[in-house]
Amino acid sequence: MDNSEQRARLAANRLRQVWNWAGVVPFFLFAVMFLLLPSSSLFIKSFQDPAGNFTFDNLAEIFRRQSILDSYWLSIRISAVTAIAGGIFGFFLAFAITNKGIPAFLRPLITTFSGVASNFAGVPLAFAFIATLGRTGLLTVFVRDTLGFNIYDAGFNLYGFVGLSLTYLYFQFPLMLLIMAPALEGLRKEWREASENLGATGFQYWWYIGLPILLPSLLGTMLLLFGNAFGAYATAYALTGGTLPIVTILIGAQIRGDVLHNVGLGNALGLGMVVIMTISIGMYSWLQRRAERWLR
Amino acid sequence: MKQLRRNLWSWFWVLLGVLYFVVPLVTTFDFSLRKLRDQISLEAYVSAFSDPYFLPAFGLSILLAILTIIFGVLLVVPTAYWVHLRVPQVRPIMEFLTLLPFVIPAIVLVFGMIGTYSRPPLLLTTNFVTTVVLIVAGYIVLALPYLYRSVDAGLRSMDVRTLTEAAESLGANWVIILFQIILPNLRTALLSGALLTLATVVGEVTLASFLGLPTFGPYLFLLGQHKAYEPAALSIVSFAMTWAAMGVISILTRGRTDGGAVTAGH
Repeated sequence: MDNSEQRARLAANRLRQVWNWAGVVPFFLFAVMFLLLPSSSLFIKSFQDPAGNFTFDNLAEIFRRQSILDSYWLSIRISAVTAIAGGIFGFFLAFAITNKGIPAFLRPLITTFSGVASNFAGVPLAFAFIATLGRTGLLTVFVRDTLGFNIYDAGFNLYGFVGLSLTYLYFQFPLMLLIMAPALEGLRKEWREASENLGATGFQYWWYIGLPILLPSLLGTMLLLFGNAFGAYATAYALTGGTLPIVTILIGAQIRGDVLHNVGLGNALGLGMVVIMTISIGMYSWLQRRAERWLR
Repeated sequence: MKQLRRNLWSWFWVLLGVLYFVVPLVTTFDFSLRKLRDQISLEAYVSAFSDPYFLPAFGLSILLAILTIIFGVLLVVPTAYWVHLRVPQVRPIMEFLTLLPFVIPAIVLVFGMIGTYSRPPLLLTTNFVTTVVLIVAGYIVLALPYLYRSVDAGLRSMDVRTLTEAAESLGANWVIILFQIILPNLRTALLSGALLTLATVVGEVTLASFLGLPTFGPYLFLLGQHKAYEPAALSIVSFAMTWAAMGVISILTRGRTDGGAVTAGH
């Protein structure tokens, strides 16, 4: 073959390669500017002292300050409680709408409603709960007037741990339902029939077949719920006015005006959140892939 | 007997779920009707809508949502198409980048954005127009997981290569391919994505309040500080909007079993 012809073809090929890559440049430019630069700003500042020198001090400070550890712990507890409670509730609800125990027309209604509720968050959700369970909320007043029982005297407080958890549950369990309903439908009828033919009871079917198959998506989705609650800011801020010191509220206060008196520490706080989110979402996607082995 | 027990069990959870869904809405609605003493009226709604600050804030939110949708689609669709057709080897990177917003909460994202863009050489936060650019970029980032994924799934379900080659052999250039062939085939995915973006951007608080834009979210929050009935009325309105958006999405995607779309704006 002619040498120059070969070279020309190689050049054309390379040109096409370059052209191919050029097509994804705008997106990567966007990702660098608004995703990677902001994240690396956080990352770099977490390792800088006020003079700009490299230091591990900010990360060490997280573990030294009791108030910060308490914040993380509070966030983790709220996220875990709402993930587990919302997960169980959502699972049973998904089970209820997929097992033909209720009229068929209710199913799309509940699914759509779950789509709405899982996206109905932030300020309006907080206001709805204040109007319901606040000190003068209609449900609070109703229970007080009809049952003579004041839930606030009994220790309930909408603006604390329990109240925020109840509010988060409003978007947590619908999310669980949305993900678990298709998974439950993935359980084949044949498996149930086969186990019944072999003499298994309903309990045995669930304990030895149903649950083990669903377990990865069950746990995975709960991890997703955990992350969902862990990163929430607007709902908590609107509900408590920033008085309940979860991590996102603390970061918000830090952005407003360096309340920690340490810029590096503020960034390290954000970095810590990203680390916890990465662990929970990473485990979620790993479990989700495992779940797909059986549920296709 | 077994069937009866299963039905009771189902009904129990469904009733509990419906109560949890409905009670806060009914009480909020009821509350929003009680602005005038001893009578039921829509006074709170009238008063909320006639507030001179309401319309500008709401209008700005709608504008931001529309900009987010337009630029998000212009960014995501050509890229996803191109990755499918020409550079499939970057798909893992795309998966990673579009999952990243999941692990970066909005509050952390805005923190990083302020850290990057609030001082020279990249000063964007002091000017209204550049702040709008910044917040729209932030909203696109938050929308990336569901927008990219639904477009990617849409492209997978059609034969992109054959469609493209057929169009090319008939003399179409890439603009025509993208706008007359790819986009129309993605309309379900794009419409759902757009409606979801609309529903979440309009009520968004975190980015808007820290970047200092007077949108509907911060407006509603401030209203809640000094009014009682109007915020309840506007909460009902924004619930109705979310409901309308999700209702249309569920009609569009009827018959599909992919768990539905989920955003990260809490």
